[in-house]
Amino acid sequence: VGEVVDVIDETPRVRTIVLDVPGWPGHRAGQHVDVRLTAEDGYQAQRSYSIASAPEDRRVMLTVERLAEGEVSTYLVDELRPGDALELRGPIGGYFVWEARIGGPLLLVAGGSGIVPLMAMLRHRAASGSMVPARLVYSSRTWDEVIFREELERLAAQPEGPEVIHTLTRAQPSGWTGYRRRVDGQMLADVAWPPAAAPATFVCGPTPFVEAVARALLLLGHPGNRIKTERFGPTGG
Amino acid sequence: MDDSDRRVDGNALAGVLSEIFVHDMTSARIACDGCDQVEPLGAEHVYMDAPGIVLRCCHCEDVLLAITRRDGRYLLGFRAARWLEIAT
Repeated sequence: VGEVVDVIDETPRVRTIVLDVPGWPGHRAGQHVDVRLTAEDGYQAQRSYSIASAPEDRRVMLTVERLAEGEVSTYLVDELRPGDALELRGPIGGYFVWEARIGGPLLLVAGGSGIVPLMAMLRHRAASGSMVPARLVYSSRTWDEVIFREELERLAAQPEGPEVIHTLTRAQPSGWTGYRRRVDGQMLADVAWPPAAAPATFVCGPTPFVEAVARALLLLGHPGNRIKTERFGPTGG
Repeated sequence: MDDSDRRVDGNALAGVLSEIFVHDMTSARIACDGCDQVEPLGAEHVYMDAPGIVLRCCHCEDVLLAITRRDGRYLLGFRAARWLEIAT
């Protein structure tokens, strides 16, 4: 069980929940937790959420997007307050994980709130002083829906910081010179490393996004065993 | 939506499998009897909205494993999973 110590509004639909979890065994960047809610009548609902914080952080952060029909996410984003308790299981998952010692180059491709586990990787990379070259290709609908926008700008501005390439698929601020379409093979050919560099690649987002990106990477010649995916699926919640 | 929109990755089974197995199962390797391919469980395809949970091969979509829960028991049905290799 964790105690909520802070909540941070990231965008109108996305909130970070900062938790103090006594006995937390530590996690690896990319892992998730299962959150279980129990109603007064005993009804239980459980969902998986990626951990956003670096393993080096003392506190565990979950960054959650409110989904229209999501019975768990609406509670987490709208109702949860500091001082509340949250029942957690985790950290879990050992496959969709990057650690500095795994090396790189590191290619991250995020769709929407798929940024969350990839942010844990970038935060871990920064906190551990890793010099592994890293690039993030991040697809959002609008500039205001870019999660962690200012922190990404700060990270990218550091020496040895990651390169961050945004694409805005629905609307762009005036003067926008970046990409304005969904991530496709041409974009990846332009901004990702060539297949010969065999980047450690992590793709996270809604299922159709992940499948399109993984297919495009394979068509470009990236080896399948270097591409790890995490699909949200349709239900989430 | 078609079938492909419903699928998630084997990663999604980390929680339920941690109730059954001692070690992390998303990095366990699983061999498909249908197509002879070997992949980490985390890379296979998962359908959570079937009755129970179904793990399918990411190459040939053969059913590797089905998990149902009833009356306080898990039932694991192994179909095309020829072997599982679990790092300890």
